[in-house]
Amino acid sequence: MIEFLQHFVNGLSVGTIYALIALGYTMVYGVLKLINFAHGDVYMVGAFSGYYLGIIGGGGEPSFFRAAYVTLGAMILCAALGFVIERFAYRPLRHRARLTALITAIGVSFLLEFGFQLSPWIRTPVQFPPGPSPRFFPALIDFGGEPSIDVFGATMTKIDLLGLGVALLLMLVLQFIVFRTRFGTAMRAVSFDPQVAGLMGIPVNRIISWTFMLGSALAAAAGIINASSRPKIEPLFGLIPGLKAFVAAVLGGIGSVPGAMAGGMLLGLTEEYVAGYTDSSYRDAIAFAVLILVLLFRPAGLFGRATVEKV
Amino acid sequence: MARALAVLRSVLPFLVGLPILFAVQAVTPADYALILVSVGVNVVLAVSLNVVNGFTGQFSLGHAGFMAVGAYTAAKITTGLVGVDLPFVAQGVSDQVVFALALSAGMGTAALAGFLVGMPSLRLRGDYLAIVTLGFGEIIRSIIENMKFLGQATGLSGLPPRTNMVWVGVSAIATVVMARRLAVSTQGRALFAIREDEVAAEAMGVDTTGYKVRAFVISAAYAGLAGALISHAILLATPKMFTFVRSIEVVVMVVLGGLGSITGSVLAACVLTIALELLREFQAYRMVVYALLLIALMLLRPQGIFGTRELWDLAIVRRLFRTRQLAATGPAGASPTEVRDDSTKGAV
Repeated sequence: MIEFLQHFVNGLSVGTIYALIALGYTMVYGVLKLINFAHGDVYMVGAFSGYYLGIIGGGGEPSFFRAAYVTLGAMILCAALGFVIERFAYRPLRHRARLTALITAIGVSFLLEFGFQLSPWIRTPVQFPPGPSPRFFPALIDFGGEPSIDVFGATMTKIDLLGLGVALLLMLVLQFIVFRTRFGTAMRAVSFDPQVAGLMGIPVNRIISWTFMLGSALAAAAGIINASSRPKIEPLFGLIPGLKAFVAAVLGGIGSVPGAMAGGMLLGLTEEYVAGYTDSSYRDAIAFAVLILVLLFRPAGLFGRATVEKV
Repeated sequence: MARALAVLRSVLPFLVGLPILFAVQAVTPADYALILVSVGVNVVLAVSLNVVNGFTGQFSLGHAGFMAVGAYTAAKITTGLVGVDLPFVAQGVSDQVVFALALSAGMGTAALAGFLVGMPSLRLRGDYLAIVTLGFGEIIRSIIENMKFLGQATGLSGLPPRTNMVWVGVSAIATVVMARRLAVSTQGRALFAIREDEVAAEAMGVDTTGYKVRAFVISAAYAGLAGALISHAILLATPKMFTFVRSIEVVVMVVLGGLGSITGSVLAACVLTIALELLREFQAYRMVVYALLLIALMLLRPQGIFGTRELWDLAIVRRLFRTRQLAATGPAGASPTEVRDDSTKGAV
């Protein structure tokens, strides 16, 4: 029973990371019908911006202020990155064949992954690009004393608990933004029909930019949360979480915000339970087994509606 | 008569190519042999990927995974049968027969892997496929890394040196002939129809999923062939050789040459492979340059260098051969990245 609970706790903490990344995929897909291939790499950039911000400022000592500064700073930097990617790589291609945007997205993704692997050009105050060898994310918060707590017999580190809390809070905020604000209404209108939304006076380009920025900021938060509990970061570490988050988005029904959250959690738990009770060396394959099952039996996902494509 | 002509057209490239290949094999110094082999292997890879990405307008990023399947299958067979001699034939001939067997087996297993991956994922729209195949490519690699039987992360070493210019050349010719014959066949027309408009193709009675899976299986089989060839040239098969970086390399070749153009794929494969050899000291920048090349191409010349045009569509070549049948084929529609709006209804 304790083992079962332990897996549940671990699965939840991985699942929130997938959910946060999946939200970005799903929102961008909603407004642009484009799979933002570079999204997993924005997550990676988020962790690295946190790493750099931690070096440059915020005081050397771990504190609440430092954690907030690093997290918010990374979210803002990644939002800016998302804006730049959308503005210069995707927007010029919006009227072109669908495949061109996809190929550009692949290009952007590899540019980030391999650009970050180059040997450093800038050496002070920080080394950028970071190069291929892994770096260690600094501790942001010092809990003092015990690093972990007891949840009905299962252990959970305090940093994981905090991460879980922050992730859930961010999802609530997003839920509020999407369903209760003017911006959210505009976003849903654009996702429903961009042309008509434009005719109704919605600044479609601006909404799309904001959507990208919102998604990228969430990915950055996921990067920080993940890096503070598993501190090894390297330029390629966004690839697999990015792919898995995509699976989570498809599982929940791509384009659906609650679907992405549920899909992420579900995927994290499935992975943890299957890997925990069987052979954990095939951990990465589990997500794809899930994907095959979803595609075969419910291609629209859990929360998606099956749509018929018309000419 | 027409049938005989068609057969001749398929066989002729081999008849012309074989003596040339034997001659090249005889005169090439050993230093350059590996470069020529990798050019040939990349031609096989690029042209076969073009069948899926160019002809069918889908987008696969998992070519390296199928290469790995082919390479490991062939490597297991050749290392397993290394001392075995067939009766009645010389040692050399026996080795070559075993290698041919290994290549075919590699193609077979890669095709099977292609079928297993393609069956569920090809029901999806094109851009899903990219991410799914990328994932599967990585999964195939991680499975190999976990199998004791396949040497885990160190892979298989001590493969017999079987790949030579003739094998590579014949494979490259076979791939090009396959792609060409496919393009002018009923099957090829179905693939083009899917590329142009999937919904309309479906309405015309084209079994879209079926044809997509077929194209994917063919392409995977040739990727397996390429994997088997390269592993018997460098006498090694490790999971590191088949990462997604390798898939991206092939994608860049296909996109640069023009999605849908066999000529483009062949030329881009040759040029990029040789350029990489010459620019060895800039190796670290290779992937960054590829990424920038992809972005720049899409912004400036999305159809690549050739679009869907082929060498044999040129007026001068046509006049040279005066084949009416060739003239009738003409350029086969627009490249899937050609400038035109197929964005979803109402997208701004």
